[in-house]
Amino acid sequence: MRFGVVVFPGSNCDHDAWYSVTHNLGQQAEFLWHGSERLGNVDAVILPGGFAYGDYLRCGAIAKFSPIMKAVRKFAADGGLVAGICNGFQILTECGLLPGALTRNRGLKFICAPVGLRLESTNSPFTCSGRKGQILTIPIAHGEGCYTASGRILDELEAEDRVLFRYTSNPNGSARDIAGICNAGRNVLGMMPHPERATDPLMGSTDGLLVLQSMAASLTVHS
Amino acid sequence: MSAITSDILARHNITPAEYQTILKLLDREPTFTELGIFSVMWSEHCSYKSSRIHLRKFPTKSELVVQGPGENAGIIDIGKGYAIAFKIESHNHPSFIEPFQGAATGVGGILRDIFTMGARPIAVMDALRFGPLDDPRTGPRNRRILEGVVSGIAHYGNCFGVPTVGGECVFEASYAGNPLVNVFALGVVRHEDIFYAKAAGPGNPVIYVGAKTGKDGVHGATMASAEFTEESAAKRPNVQVGDPFMEKLLLEACLEAMKTGAVIGIQDMGAAGLTCSTCEMGSRGNVGVEIDLMHVPQREKGMTPYEIMLSESQERMLLVAEKGREDEVFAVFRKWGLDAATIGTVIPENTLRVKDHGVVVAEIHNPALTDAAPVYDRPHDAAPYRTAPMRGPAFASADLLADLTTLLTSGDLCSKRYIWQQYDYMVRTNTTLGPGADAAIVRIKETGTSVAMSLDGNGRYCYLSPREGAKLIVAECCRNLSTVGAKPVAATNNLNFGNPERPEIMAQLVEAIEGMAEACAFFETPITGGNVSLYNETRAGDDLVAIFPTPVAGIVGLLPTRTPVTIPFKMADRDVVLLGGLGFCDATRFGGTQYAKQVLDDLWGMPPAIDLDYEKRVQAAIRHIIADGLAESSHDLSDGGLAVALAECCFSPGNIGAAITLDSGLRPEHLLFHEGPSRILLSTADAVRVSEIAAGHGVECPVIGKTVEGRLSIRNRDILLLDSSVETLNQQWEEALESLLRGTA
Repeated sequence: MRFGVVVFPGSNCDHDAWYSVTHNLGQQAEFLWHGSERLGNVDAVILPGGFAYGDYLRCGAIAKFSPIMKAVRKFAADGGLVAGICNGFQILTECGLLPGALTRNRGLKFICAPVGLRLESTNSPFTCSGRKGQILTIPIAHGEGCYTASGRILDELEAEDRVLFRYTSNPNGSARDIAGICNAGRNVLGMMPHPERATDPLMGSTDGLLVLQSMAASLTVHS
Repeated sequence: MSAITSDILARHNITPAEYQTILKLLDREPTFTELGIFSVMWSEHCSYKSSRIHLRKFPTKSELVVQGPGENAGIIDIGKGYAIAFKIESHNHPSFIEPFQGAATGVGGILRDIFTMGARPIAVMDALRFGPLDDPRTGPRNRRILEGVVSGIAHYGNCFGVPTVGGECVFEASYAGNPLVNVFALGVVRHEDIFYAKAAGPGNPVIYVGAKTGKDGVHGATMASAEFTEESAAKRPNVQVGDPFMEKLLLEACLEAMKTGAVIGIQDMGAAGLTCSTCEMGSRGNVGVEIDLMHVPQREKGMTPYEIMLSESQERMLLVAEKGREDEVFAVFRKWGLDAATIGTVIPENTLRVKDHGVVVAEIHNPALTDAAPVYDRPHDAAPYRTAPMRGPAFASADLLADLTTLLTSGDLCSKRYIWQQYDYMVRTNTTLGPGADAAIVRIKETGTSVAMSLDGNGRYCYLSPREGAKLIVAECCRNLSTVGAKPVAATNNLNFGNPERPEIMAQLVEAIEGMAEACAFFETPITGGNVSLYNETRAGDDLVAIFPTPVAGIVGLLPTRTPVTIPFKMADRDVVLLGGLGFCDATRFGGTQYAKQVLDDLWGMPPAIDLDYEKRVQAAIRHIIADGLAESSHDLSDGGLAVALAECCFSPGNIGAAITLDSGLRPEHLLFHEGPSRILLSTADAVRVSEIAAGHGVECPVIGKTVEGRLSIRNRDILLLDSSVETLNQQWEEALESLLRGTA
């Protein structure tokens, strides 16, 4: 199966995502240029971390207008798996593919650190290989990762079992400790922590593989 | 009528004698633009005129060195067809004037030095020095400078996508008016992809890429070559503004353009901007460059030739392409959304010719700017500057645990997590050992091997003895690498000093260079490049305050890729071994220690004594022990001595401490806190084999205790020196920096 990793100008975790899929998950991956209007022959899309378009104006605010995002929307609407990591999550909220917004960390500082995550739901193609309540160690690296949404949306996310990850010790002030969510169709994931950075024992954790393995497993089932 | 007045010369930091040389070289009066060009090319920053004759003393060669000093970065071979490019650069003066942008553009500048060689940057480290955070008078400003510098480094490095994997942060009153921001960067490149900053082939187009040219930073290089005065704040427009997003695009576009095969030479526009890049590229290739400024992309209208040539706008590169293949280069830059413009051509004569709308505004023989730049053998027959006495005060500790706590909560020794947590130290997923360790390690995915790196300086040691201090720095830097199992192979250095026109300061510089040269030759770590930052003095009223002489060494080492050996003890009931032994100290050699600074608030005597040969054997022994998989933890002894190192080994979530029993005739303060080198703490499950290896290297290796849960206790013979909960010490150590920054310490 084939993962597509979108490259925006300013993406800087694109190579990490590609490497974790090709070397640690053992699947194929290719880069998708932001200026392209088609995704080609990929089975899943990763919007990687970084600073797309310099994060000018607002994180993800310019990226949502790039040509490839049209194709990503269509792909998502057709049920394709889309995972937005860090800056990718920010882009997905800007696009409206996921609800809420990511604002400045409480404390106003960039934070890079391994954090504890509780897997809140296995009812998604991104977490189906896990166990509910499982604690994962996966790094964060962001300045604007404070998940914010209206009470109504937060209630809805919880009622629909769409909160996939929560911080065990909230590092950034995110509402209800939310670290990762999915859309109503359960095929679009956004998470601030970087699973691709936790896919090799040398990096201190392999817990991030769970996300990639879940995606691979659910794609196998459906193909 | 002579347009060039002595006032104009003074503002350009050109001496009357230097001006006479310019007149002779040109055989006429320079134009204003030419004067500006001379002023930056002959500035201390670009010409190294005060240090050049002494820098020749450094060893620069080994069988691994591919490129030594003289290029944008040094390069060494790491095997399997790959090499690493690395260098350190200072951005001291700009960081004082505007901490955030000063530090940010410091990172930007050194990253360009790396990727202009064709190497992709994969790691950054920073050596930072500020005034004391708790000083009643300068504290608030020092805190603001630290916050600004750290945010600036984070902003640039994080966005660019290079991990900041370590460094050091030290506080000293002499840095209050002159903070030091030294940034090290390292990149990886295939041998056949290495690029040089050399023009060639008359008729080939000279192409400008990246950000547009503005008025920012006009005269940054000359600013960096003068003392600070109270009016320096008025030079704020001299500090450039960085755009890491632009730099990231420039990186990707340059590496991609290089792959087309149409690029012949490339150089970044750093200090002295367009001037330096055009003249140096021509000079290195023994050809010339002719440009017309009307083609230079400009940010604002009405810029003069002088301003365009001297602008230090960031994120710009100059490259020479093969004639007829320009379009291949332009296509790449278009893809990345970057400005690129042909601004001139390579010419056969070794001359820099600058036109403005066809009219020549500057024409200078390249060697006049480079080879003929003044070189000074500044007087250095005075004793190196110091006012510290040789004898220290009488003292006796009332409470050794309280002393340890004072050290662990001092700015110099406390946890720097608050700083490094703001840096993305993991991006690119190569960091196997990150900030807070003795040395950082990044794996090289392409070769399956790893590179370790460490930055070290010690202004106090060098103030007491520049020569001995410089040797100790190199030894410590190498020891840091060996402590994580890496073999040191090459070095870069940043020489931060005061005004070289004062013989007692020049003597510091010369002695430090000679000490560093001796130690680098001894440890077989040739210096492949670096940076000299002089005039780090602040004039406040009648006082001229020079920084402590602060050479900083950046050394890289090679090792196999594997799970790293880290500082903390891993489990209870292991033997604790002090490889190298308890070491030596007397009253004189105690005067430069952290104990003297933090507990006694004093400075005297001499730095610790070092036996280079023994140091080398200790390092060989620890590498051997680690290679054999016998060390569960390892940590070198440095600032704060044995007690601080032991405490740091206890700091982990597991709270594994140690019960230590020493056997020494030293007085307790010396025993616990002296900073004698050549010592490494390790814990092991097989002390017998460890001691066999140590014996094989002719190194002492006493077992000094056992790891235990929860407590650190240290005895000498029958006397209990200190005993504490590990968790308490850890908490105090972790929280100290934030307390200092809040001004509540």
